[in-house]
Order: sequence, then C-alpha cells, then structure tokens
Amino acid sequence: MRPSDLKPEQFSNYPPLARKLATGNLTTLRKLPLSFLPSLLREIIEYDYKFPAERRALERELDNLSSLSADQWKEWVGEFEQIKISPALEKFDWVNSPAQFVEQLSSHLWTTHQQDAFRKTATDYGNRLQAAAPPEKPPIPRLGIAIVGQGVTANDYPLFRRLRAHGAYYTGVNPAGGLQTLLDFAAKRAKSDPIPYAHWYIDGGQEAAYDPSLVSVSYQALEPARNMLLGRMQKHSEAPGSGPENLRSGMAALRPSDLRLDKTAPDTVLARFQMKLLTEGSGTQIFSTTFAQWAARETLRRAQPLTLLVRFAPRQRQRPMNELLSVSTQKIEFDPQGSLVDADMGAYYNWINQQRLTGADHSSFIAWFENHNEAVAIGPAVPRGTISKASTDLSKILSWTV
Amino acid sequence: MPDRSSSPTIRELSSHLSWSRREFLRDAAGLALGSSLLPGGLLARSGVLQRDRKVVVITFGGGARDQETFAPEGQENIPHLMKELIPQSAFFTQVVNRGILGHYVATASLATGVYETINNFASLPPENPTVFEYFRRDLKRPASDAWVVAPSNGFNRIGESSHRSYGLGQGARVILPKHLLTAATKGGADYEHLLRDNYETPFFAPEIAGNEFELEQLRAMLKLSVGDFKTHALTLSSPDELSVYIVRQLMRQVAPSLLWITMHDIDVAHAGAFSLYIDGIRRTDRLCAEVWKAIQSEPEYAGKTTLFILPDFGRDSDEDSAGNGFQHHRTGDTASRTTWMMALGPGVREGVVHDRALDSTDLVPTIGSIMGFSPALVQGKPIQELT
Repeated sequence: MRPSDLKPEQFSNYPPLARKLATGNLTTLRKLPLSFLPSLLREIIEYDYKFPAERRALERELDNLSSLSADQWKEWVGEFEQIKISPALEKFDWVNSPAQFVEQLSSHLWTTHQQDAFRKTATDYGNRLQAAAPPEKPPIPRLGIAIVGQGVTANDYPLFRRLRAHGAYYTGVNPAGGLQTLLDFAAKRAKSDPIPYAHWYIDGGQEAAYDPSLVSVSYQALEPARNMLLGRMQKHSEAPGSGPENLRSGMAALRPSDLRLDKTAPDTVLARFQMKLLTEGSGTQIFSTTFAQWAARETLRRAQPLTLLVRFAPRQRQRPMNELLSVSTQKIEFDPQGSLVDADMGAYYNWINQQRLTGADHSSFIAWFENHNEAVAIGPAVPRGTISKASTDLSKILSWTV
Repeated sequence: MPDRSSSPTIRELSSHLSWSRREFLRDAAGLALGSSLLPGGLLARSGVLQRDRKVVVITFGGGARDQETFAPEGQENIPHLMKELIPQSAFFTQVVNRGILGHYVATASLATGVYETINNFASLPPENPTVFEYFRRDLKRPASDAWVVAPSNGFNRIGESSHRSYGLGQGARVILPKHLLTAATKGGADYEHLLRDNYETPFFAPEIAGNEFELEQLRAMLKLSVGDFKTHALTLSSPDELSVYIVRQLMRQVAPSLLWITMHDIDVAHAGAFSLYIDGIRRTDRLCAEVWKAIQSEPEYAGKTTLFILPDFGRDSDEDSAGNGFQHHRTGDTASRTTWMMALGPGVREGVVHDRALDSTDLVPTIGSIMGFSPALVQGKPIQELT
C-alpha cells in the first residue's frame, strides 16, 4: 500500500489519542514517502503513552509539515523520495506495525548501501525541523546530578576526567549527608516547579527514601519485571527457529501487562516507559550500571526533565552471557570497582545528553563520588577547568553551581 | 535552516579522524609521515620470495574508538600497540568500511574484498570468493595452508564462499575454539568464562554445519590431547585468549601460510559496561603483541611473515545522538566507519604513517600482491605502499 491510499479507518487499532492525531493529520501523512512515513507513525501510535514534552514535539512536527509550501515540501522531503524501497516492504503492514517496518527498513538500507544517504537525509530533515520548530525553553534551568561509586572503599581510578575540563573539580568534599542533601535539593525543585514528569530520581540499585514529588525508577524495583523478561527471552531462545530478528519482534510486541508493570507503575505512561527501558535497552536487563545510564538517556531524550538525579550502584560481575540472561537463584557477586568505571562514563553521557536539550547554556551538572571527597560541578557560573582542594560540602557546591 | 554547503561530508569527517590519529601517533610514537611515492616494492625490499611468504591477519575484535585507543587519553589502554608494534609498522590512519557494520558480514567483506550483503545473523557463507580460495587455487596450496581461527560459532562459514566458481572444499579450514572447548569439556562450569558468545544477540548460536573441526583433528593436527587442552584452558581468562592459544598451536604444528584470526572480546561493549569494554581493549592489545612475538620466534614464520592488524570497523561516537557512544556500531557515523590498519613484517617501511584513505576491501588484493595470487573479483585495490 502507498501512503496516498491511507484511509481514516486504517487507524482503528491505534489508541484513542493516537487515532485522533493520525486522522486529524491525514492529508499531510498521505503526502509523505514510504521511507519517511512509518517513522512518524511509530511515534504517533505511541502518542497516548508519551511524556508531555514528546507529545508537544510531535504536534509541532506535524503542524510544521502541514504548513510547508510546495517548494518547501520538496526541499524538506524530496530526498526521502529518492530512497528505494523493496516490494516486500511496500507490502508490509506499516500502518499497524510501523516499528517493525522501520527495523526492516534499516536492514534494507544497510543491505542496499542506502544507509549513508538515508542518514544524511534524515539529519538534514532533523536540522531543518530544529530550526523551524525549535523545542520549548525550560521554565527553570535544568540540573543533572550523578552519584557514582556506591560500595567502593578505596579507588585509584582517575574520576571525572571527561567532565573536569567543563567545570570545577573539588577534592575536599565532606561526604556526610551527601545523598540526602542531593535528594532534598531535587525534591525542593520538584515542589517549586511541580510540572508532570519534570523531576526524576533514577537509582541503579535499591532506591533511597525519596520525596513523592519526584518520579522514580530503580533497578531493584524492576527486578520482578526483569526476571519475567529474562524468562521470556530464555523461552524464546529455546524455541525452534528462533533468531535475533524474532527475539526483537517478540520484545517489541510486549505490553506492560506482560511484565506486570501495569500493576506496579504509577501510571500507564511510566509503565510503558519502564517496559521499554528493559525491552529496548541493550544490557539493561543484566547490568545495573547500564540500566542507570540508559534510563537517564531515555529520560533526558523523552521526558526532557528539569531535574534528573541518577545514582549508580554496583553491577554484578561479568559471567557467561547465557548465564547472565538466566534468572539466577545463586548469590550474585558484585563488581564495585568496575561499576565505578562504568558510572564515571555514565555520568559523562548523562551530561552530554542533558546538553542536547534546550537551555544547555544555563544548565548545571554535578557528579559526586558517593561517600568520598571528590565531585565535579559544571554550570554557567562555574569557572571551567578549575580545581579546588578546599574543604566544602555538597550544599555549598549546589549553591555555587545552580 | 542550516547551510548545506557548510556541512562536512563523510569523506571530510573521515579525513579529520585520520589527521587526528596521525597527530596522536606523531606525538606519542615519533612516527614519520609516509608517502605513496617511495621507491621500491615490498618484494624487493624484503628479499623474501613470494612462494615463501606468509601472511597473518588479526581483526582487532569488535571495533574500538580513538578515545579508547590512539587518542592521548586512550593510549594507556594499548601499551603494546603503542610501544612495541607501531614503531615497527606502517600505520594507515584512514581505513573506511563502506559496508554493513555487523561483525560477521564485515569480516566476510574483509575476507572477500567485496562488501558482502549476507544476513549478519544467519549461518551463511560469503557470496564472493574468499582470500583463502584465491590463495589456494592460484598457488595450488593444500587445505592445511589456510586457516581461520574465529571467536563465535556464527563465523563457522567464513572459510569459503558460495560462489559457483569456487566454494566447497576450496577454502580455509575454520577452527572455532569455543566449539572445540565445548566438545572437549562438555561445557563444564570451569570453562564457561571462555565460552561467552555473541554479545549482540547472546542467544543466537547457529547450528554448526560445514567446515567443522573435530576433536580428532585436535589431536592429529594440533598435537594436543584433550586433557592438555582442558588443563591449559583453565589458565585462560577470555575467549580471545583461547583463540590465541589455538593460534600458537597451529603455528607450531601446521604453520599455515595464510592465517586469519578474528578477535571478539571487545564487543562485550554491547552490554553497556564501559569497564568491560576497556578490559577487552587491553586484552586484545596484549594478545596482538603475543601473536607478533610468536611470529618472530617460530622458525616457520620469522623473517617472512607480514602481519596485518585492523578492526573490522569502529564504534559510534559520543557526539551522535542517534547512538549511545561506545556501546554500539549502529549509526553508520564516521567514527563507526573509519578505522585504521597496521602492517608489520619484512620489507614494510617501519615507523611510517600513511594518511590517504583506504578501503576495507583493499586488504585482499594487497595480500594477493604480497603472496602472488590474483583475486579477480574484488572491489578494492592493492595498497601500493605495501606491494
């Protein structure tokens, strides 16, 4: 089927808000080439489960597309029409399964050596969209906090090397009450600007007590869902004819209720988000450090929070992959030192991903080695590439940085 | 709206990466900039007859980025490459892989000199003739003279193609050390750390078919008893260490002229743990030096072997928001496509850096020029600085 053949009733399987959005923009959708449209439908079909920032971004994109003149349309979309699609893809049910179509399109693009052309075309489109319909500015400057090194007693790994050049590196931090200070600060921001899904606390282990004004996701709280998922993956691997494509398709078709997240998550949006962290993230099912980093990345990309506190925790030691992916009844051994190295990189990625959002010039970021004396702070008021060995604490660093 | 004319092209970005590598190396290893116009061929410079030449290829497993290797902050992870191998090598700073960035299909492309389009996760042979088939047919060499040691069961078909003019029985023998260890130990718990497989899709392990290496051949060819193999395996810490152990046995007992080793430990990066990725790089660095030492110490190899070390491709950059940095190689960005190669051995101009862009598919015709066979169906060209 071609996009120009789209009819309103074909969206009958979409959730209610998504259906309304699709049918309300049918004229625009019909004009898009097949190399582009399913990517947009993949977002539209999830509209009911998206965070407010994502919904607004999608609405802006559709409004922008519908407002383009004929010449602008050619400039914005014309190169997508040059991408050659296989007959098999044309026959695919891309209306009801846009995510699966996009996966197969990706494979097709690599195989037919069109990946580089597609990548350039998509990047150009994204740049144009960013300029024409820029994301909204945050009402207050964003703040990112990363807490690394839980469980590490002694360390000789040089921490925060990638971050130090962008801010101040403190080596005389009094660690007493540090975690509580940071959690309290995050909660204070959440109460001052109570915007839905704007203030987050992600923990790579067992979450500390936190104020309910924060949205929280933790590796420990998701253990039942992780084990259920691992069980499903194991079962899938034992089925005849199983392969990576089948596994991915099976994971993509899961619903929150399959992992009982509909019973444990506070709402349907978070249930869906938690499910995707586990089904779309590579390694999030087995390594807590990977989970914390990926959860932070997805929170920043999707919810675009004003406050994000991420606390990394020790991950389990490396074991054979098949064993890691089995539900273990044995006592798990942890690797605190390796986890510190993972978290150090994770903190850097958190900062990079925060800087991709609007208001980056005014954003702040603090990373702290939990229960130790090292921290780094980055912000518009913080001199770059400086080192302070003076005694201080996290309250003071927060007051100087944010 | 961005000015399209000001956007750097992939070629320009590749050149920038190459330039950076040259600067890193010049600072750290004091290497000189090479020229493609230097007189004299490798054959003339080395004084080794083509029929006596041997070639060993190591793919620097799973791909690693500059930040963790040749950039100043990464050099601590590759002390052996930096201090021992690069000063003895010709270093090519810009090897671009324009094909599919999956490990099996990319390794198959390196081995055929053509960008293969086979399914990365299927148990399929390359569609184009492999370097092993060209080598054996043109030089009339026996099967025992071309070997592949590969990390994952998914590589069991890499030795010979499905090409109608070549194929069955004309390629390399393939050893899958993990398969061998499983057969020898029946998968005992003490060996599980050596049996890690397929970090991208951990459950995918195609059924072995085709050029399988049997335990009897372990005894007959490698002169290894199952007991000795099991005992030594207990002293090893990773699948790539197991591969290098097998390589050393193979060099000692069979001494093939064309030997291809595919490392894979680094690809643990797909699980997202940066420390394990770094551990993989450090181990691969050490193992590359061990293979070079073995080449120099084995009489059958010393003084007549060219060693190539190159990643099959890179990994995603931190700057590309479509990826997740070191974890994957999915974006097709410049960092994931652009990598490097070093060549060591008799006749190679040591300590020289070459900046010009090479293609991944240039490897096979270069090996052909060195060993004296004609890979007629390749897309690449011989690297003139090495021929």
